[in-house]
Amino acid sequence: MKTAIIQFPGLNRESDMIMALENVSGAKTQTVWHTETSLPDTDLVVIPGGFSYGDYLRCGAIAARSPIMKAIVEHANKGGKVLGVCNGFQILVETGMLRGALMRNANLKFVCKQVQLSVENDSTFFTSKMNKGDEVTCPVAHHDGNYFVDDETLKRLEGDGQIVFRYANGTNPNGSLNDIAGICNAKGNVIGMMPHPENMIEALHGKTDCRPLFESIAA
Amino acid sequence: MIPNDIKITDELVAEHGLKPEEYERILELIGREPTFTELGIFSAMWNEHCSYKSSKLWLKTLPTESECVLIGPGENAGAVDIGDNQAIIFKMESHNHPSFIEPYQGAATGVGGILRDVFTMGARPIASLNALFFGAPDYDKNKHLISGVVAGVGGYGNCFGVPTVGGSVNFHKRYEGNNLTNAMAIGLADADKIFLSPAKGVGRPVVYLGAKTGRDGIHGASMASAEFADDADEKRPTVQVGDPFTEKCLLEACLELMETGAVIAIQDMGAAGLTCSAVEMGASGGLGVKLDLNKVPCREERMSAYEMMLSESQERMLMVLDPAKEKIAEAIFIKWGLDFAVVGETTDDLRFSIWHDNEEVANLPIKELGDEAPEYDRPWIEPTPQAPLSDLKAPDDLTQAVLQVVGSPDNCSKRWVWEQYDQLIQSNTAQIPGGDAAVVRINGTNKAIATCADVTPRYVEADPFEGGKQAVAECWRNLTAVGADPLAITDNLNFGNPERPEIMGTFVMAIKGIGEACRALNFPVVSGNVSLYNETNGKAILPTPTIGGVGLLPNLDDMATLAFKNEGDTIILIGGHGTHMGQSAFLRDTQGREDGPPPVVDLEKEKNNGNFVRNLIRSGDTTAVHDISDGGLVLALSDMALAGNIGAKITIPDDQEAFVTLFAEDQARYVLTCSPDKATQIIRDAETANVPATKIGTVISSALIIEGHTTISLNMLKSAHEDWLPDYMAEV
Repeated sequence: MKTAIIQFPGLNRESDMIMALENVSGAKTQTVWHTETSLPDTDLVVIPGGFSYGDYLRCGAIAARSPIMKAIVEHANKGGKVLGVCNGFQILVETGMLRGALMRNANLKFVCKQVQLSVENDSTFFTSKMNKGDEVTCPVAHHDGNYFVDDETLKRLEGDGQIVFRYANGTNPNGSLNDIAGICNAKGNVIGMMPHPENMIEALHGKTDCRPLFESIAA
Repeated sequence: MIPNDIKITDELVAEHGLKPEEYERILELIGREPTFTELGIFSAMWNEHCSYKSSKLWLKTLPTESECVLIGPGENAGAVDIGDNQAIIFKMESHNHPSFIEPYQGAATGVGGILRDVFTMGARPIASLNALFFGAPDYDKNKHLISGVVAGVGGYGNCFGVPTVGGSVNFHKRYEGNNLTNAMAIGLADADKIFLSPAKGVGRPVVYLGAKTGRDGIHGASMASAEFADDADEKRPTVQVGDPFTEKCLLEACLELMETGAVIAIQDMGAAGLTCSAVEMGASGGLGVKLDLNKVPCREERMSAYEMMLSESQERMLMVLDPAKEKIAEAIFIKWGLDFAVVGETTDDLRFSIWHDNEEVANLPIKELGDEAPEYDRPWIEPTPQAPLSDLKAPDDLTQAVLQVVGSPDNCSKRWVWEQYDQLIQSNTAQIPGGDAAVVRINGTNKAIATCADVTPRYVEADPFEGGKQAVAECWRNLTAVGADPLAITDNLNFGNPERPEIMGTFVMAIKGIGEACRALNFPVVSGNVSLYNETNGKAILPTPTIGGVGLLPNLDDMATLAFKNEGDTIILIGGHGTHMGQSAFLRDTQGREDGPPPVVDLEKEKNNGNFVRNLIRSGDTTAVHDISDGGLVLALSDMALAGNIGAKITIPDDQEAFVTLFAEDQARYVLTCSPDKATQIIRDAETANVPATKIGTVISSALIIEGHTTISLNMLKSAHEDWLPDYMAEV
């Protein structure tokens, strides 16, 4: 799987993501600088976590208007796969590629801890090695992960299977609507999630629960 | 704008924190009255914070060398060798005064400053820690300070992208008006590619990099060298504002630039900004520096030379570059959206010459500004020892006493704090906060570093010499308890006004204690920071020499953790049962007493017991290990039970007072567990090694049982331990 990692100034989990993609997915990754206007030949585009542009203005807002984003939108429109994690999710929402908004956490504090995620849709490129209802332990680390969307869109997302991950067992860390932790677009080729599966893939991390997600990419 | 040639009056000199005799020395040195800018430069360089004038004499007595030390004190940070041409670069620094005045930004820029110290030397930061000290829980500003400082520490480190993996939070009324923020950063570099500050070569470009210069932080370092009165809030404009996003870009740009071989010398602009960094590079390199301030990127209009030289705007660096690679360097900085400006050059005249609007506004001897700043042998008196503890009362209710100690502000879980820090970024965190020491893997290897920050201020207050020893010993013990070889420390010495002989005496004795422990444990000081004048309205903080330690785990598979693992495991006490109750958490938390002498640290025992435990961990025969410190044996057992969610049954010998055995804070002790079939051999081996080892109990189901005395359910322990801080912070 050819994979392009987008590098905006201020992103800081790119090395974590590259490690997971290369070690678990077996992906060949190359890094694309945000000022580029076209993507290299790639199957998957990944926007990792961090604080693009310091989260100034609004998380992801400035990055969403960077030159490379046009190329990413085109890639997605042609059916190419896109994964945004944490700040990457916020950026995808800011571009309109995914619906909703990520507001400040309900308790107004940054939160870094383990949560339980349930897999709600097992037919995406990031969950195909899992089964609906599977639960995994996964860490979060964010200040603005409180997912919100209007009622009508929420109904559609729920009805169309666009909820990919939900916080399970009362571990919702940020007040997200319907415990939503990750969603996809209608076609299922664009996925955004707040938790960090790249930080739960080897014994050192305590558990290896999130390996199947990255194995799904390889499949 | 104040003109450069105004008359220098006695008041102006005093406002700059310079003593009349220091001003006399300036007149003597330069043979004329200084200009306004020059006065500012002297005040920046000769204040306590930058010159260490009260402490230098004593700091020189600390051991700074061992087989692993690559770079000791004097550079931006210290460096130790961890093999395979890899070096760990680390330092701890205080940002106390700013964190009282403006807690969020004060703490944030403290973190930013220490990260910069580390990456200035070519190291990528891989871990960050902090030691925070606040007033007593009933202090009216406490919650404002705690929430601001914690959010500031997290806000900066999280955005910058370094895992914040450890630290401590303590409360005491003596920190009211003077809360302490000590931040430590640890970086990884190639041992043969460490960058230093001495400038080399005449006529080389001096380059300004990073963020623009504003009026923030002017006289920050002088503020950090004065006591507070009630008007401390008025000093808010001297606190800098942090921009972790720019710092992250600065990190990437600096590391990228260092790869090109263009950097000859580098110094970050921290305290006293442009002045201190330029003087440091010139003075240490035996060169003069000439600066043209019209080239300095400014974000505010009409800044004077005085303001530019004293600004403490953050996220800035000064470098001496190889002229042949100037263009490559500029391109890298433009790519990262940062300022790049050649602002001067190195000269051979040993002068610090500053030009602004085609006028020379300062011309000073660079050596005298820097490494020949004033140095004092302040008078000091040896503190009187505490009287032995008398009238020791047993608790009325042992269960209640245990819960009080387990859940006291100092001993309770600090989860509320560290969950606001990203502990996981970079994917190498092997032990998060809550254990004896944090453990971080060296990426791409199976090696790891262990790190922790320790001090018990009430011990230092009661006996500075023993307290100084104890801080080092506890740090060494914590690193040992996870299985690491302790390598070296950084010390952050927070004290009151050194012009008071009793404060100076505490400082001197603490340093002597630290030095003695460092020598005995082969645990040298490679970097550090001194913060004096931590007083408000004449009341000093508790003496707080925070010790940040780094150790090496050659093989991550041999790491120990404190959680009980298996029911049926045998619990062994290393170091013998304790009897010392003076200054114990038990007395403080259950009887409101802070008296008696602190425990004495027998450094030979400390070393012998620790080495035994470390070898045992590496033999693979232990299942859990924890050191015994604050709160004694019972707090250690409670920590182990809560971490593993399994209980323990403990037997106390009949001839001992149960509460003394449980709460005594004797040093050089550990609790460990092993499978029952290993216990006899371990105890036999300990005997051979002259290490006291006693079987005290067994890991069992879901309660902490002290046989014949009390049974406390894990749920009760947990709620005592976990609830205090979140409940406290939630109260309005």
